[in-house]
Amino acid sequence: MGITFRNETFRNDFTFRNSPEHIRRFPFPFHEDSYMYAVNIEPHVVGPKGSVLENLIDVDEHYVAEMQDRALVLAEDPLRCQSLPHMTLAGWDLLELLMEQQALGYPEHFTLTRDGDRWRWINRPLGIDDSFTFGDVSTLPYGPMEYITRQSQGDFCILDQRDGNLWMDAGMVTTQADWSLDFDIGMNFFEWHAPVPLAHEKGIFVRALKFLTNIQQGKPARRLNWTMTINPRLDTSPENYHKWGPDRTTVTPENVGDKVHLRVELQSFWRLPRSNGIVFPIRCYLIKMDELVTQPKWARRLHRVIRDLPEELANYKGLTRYRATLVEWLSKLDDGSPTSPGFGPD
Amino acid sequence: MSTGTTKLDVVVSDVVPVNELVTRFHFRRRDGQLLPTFSGGAHVVVEMRDGERTRLNPYSLMGSPLDTREYTISVRRDDVGRGGSLFMHRHVRPGMEMVISYPVNLFSLDLRARKHLMLAGGIGITPFMAQTAQLAAEGGNFELHYTCRTASLGTYADVLRERYDRRVRLYHDDRDERIELDRLLSSQPLGTHLYVCGPSGMIGWVCDRAAALGWPAETVHFEHFAAPQPGAPFDVTLAVSGKTIRVGEQQSLLEAIEAAGVDPPYLCRGGVCGQCETNVIAHDGKFIHNDHWLSEQEHRSCKKIMPCVSRFEGGSLVLER
Ligand code: FES
Repeated sequence: MGITFRNETFRNDFTFRNSPEHIRRFPFPFHEDSYMYAVNIEPHVVGPKGSVLENLIDVDEHYVAEMQDRALVLAEDPLRCQSLPHMTLAGWDLLELLMEQQALGYPEHFTLTRDGDRWRWINRPLGIDDSFTFGDVSTLPYGPMEYITRQSQGDFCILDQRDGNLWMDAGMVTTQADWSLDFDIGMNFFEWHAPVPLAHEKGIFVRALKFLTNIQQGKPARRLNWTMTINPRLDTSPENYHKWGPDRTTVTPENVGDKVHLRVELQSFWRLPRSNGIVFPIRCYLIKMDELVTQPKWARRLHRVIRDLPEELANYKGLTRYRATLVEWLSKLDDGSPTSPGFGPD
Repeated sequence: MSTGTTKLDVVVSDVVPVNELVTRFHFRRRDGQLLPTFSGGAHVVVEMRDGERTRLNPYSLMGSPLDTREYTISVRRDDVGRGGSLFMHRHVRPGMEMVISYPVNLFSLDLRARKHLMLAGGIGITPFMAQTAQLAAEGGNFELHYTCRTASLGTYADVLRERYDRRVRLYHDDRDERIELDRLLSSQPLGTHLYVCGPSGMIGWVCDRAAALGWPAETVHFEHFAAPQPGAPFDVTLAVSGKTIRVGEQQSLLEAIEAAGVDPPYLCRGGVCGQCETNVIAHDGKFIHNDHWLSEQEHRSCKKIMPCVSRFEGGSLVLER
């Protein structure tokens, strides 16, 4: 049984919605009633059936709409996709990884056939059927990274590993939460993490870098990150701040449920075999408050987390303007009873 | 998070003597599938079941990264070493089932380089076999300078000359041929990266000259697996697991910890990757540091040890493990 892809938008009329099954599989990021920044990295292994971890590269009902939104972003701003000249080999690595994983997880939608370096890729949801020579850029309509990331949900950062550091030397970034590939391209791990508060003092980044440079082939890792977005807007880039920044002032007690979205990023980390680079797919999941609170446990817990969030973190995540309105709205759904352990809904 | 890398079940598909000291081993996957893709410079850790003992030795992959039907490694026989190479030479035969790790690359090419200048000494040629194959396929610009004791010990010199012709330059010790290092390093185009793999004396010499001649550190790459050295036995207390163990003369500290049923992390087992770094809780005696990971200052501080290659002499040692 295949996925029924939704016809929806992430801009203008914002028709994005989650189906009831997708609400239940939402990767709710809080395992307890409070939140503290931590690196929280774990092995990226297959999770329960029906969860977003059922496959290591997740494809869901928003796939087609997200790919359409990406095409719109790229048409306006081609710099969202960049690859420094030495990163082409890593692009091929990524193409192989994403084609293999998507074909493995969703055989009814994707098929990969390989005969030596003669490859054929069928992507039914997007109506693509291409034959090409692996390793020969001239046989694809775009470079390998751009080609495959126009057909894969989530942002992708490809990092070159040298001198004991990681360098953001290629990427497809159209759904980012307030950061810019064009600004970060060519930067190393410490440079692009520079704005995070609190964390630096704890040496978290030194340990995270050490961990990431030791990621091994065949052993990907993952972590969850979260923020909030007003309206289901995928593209919240600094370049477009004038479009989405003002959204934050539009939250009222009446429209909280419809406008405020929890935005969860599932970041995974993979060693690329030919280039020895690392790729971070950053997969973004959105859910509006009205949908989220259909699970009473999540409603109660989110209320407590947002209410008790340290000021600096709330600022960093951009919640300040509407936090009080949101907490007030959520408080009506919190009867004070305990929440069960773990992430999942009851 | 975990120990070492994912394992691969392989079968020895061929054993080929290359010269009086070096033998080549070929591995295929037992299930007939392709092996994982790798990049030039990667190594695998080979598990050897030698009676009661398990030895785990790293060897560079020397086949072309474009062909993953089999992996090949070359092992130089070391008659005075701890026995891993002797085990490979004496006991490993075609058809034998073995376990190796997924490839790990701690000596990868810098793909930004406009030219790759490679310096190999002796068995240090093996990672360059894979790197040159990878670069040649992409039309990359490289030049390889290879020093060996005699022509008959010039492992794969003939193959390399045949494949790459004048891009390979050979130097034989017995004919008193020497790399003119300073001239070589001073005459490279901008954007050249330097790679060196061979005996530690050679690596030290090349790195020192490169630094003296103004090569930025990030353009100089070396692979320097230290083999664990044998030494006097010593006792260690593992505070976390609550065990006291004895490290035998021919055993590394890491091997002794593993033999006690504790699973510490590792990748290279050669003192370069940093994974096995262990805190020292208390000690009374002297450390014999053989790694290339900790700084000199850390060595002197006596607060850390790399158990894959380093040892201890003295009364007592307590580790956080
Ligand atoms: S295992 Fe790599 S330094 Fe010890």
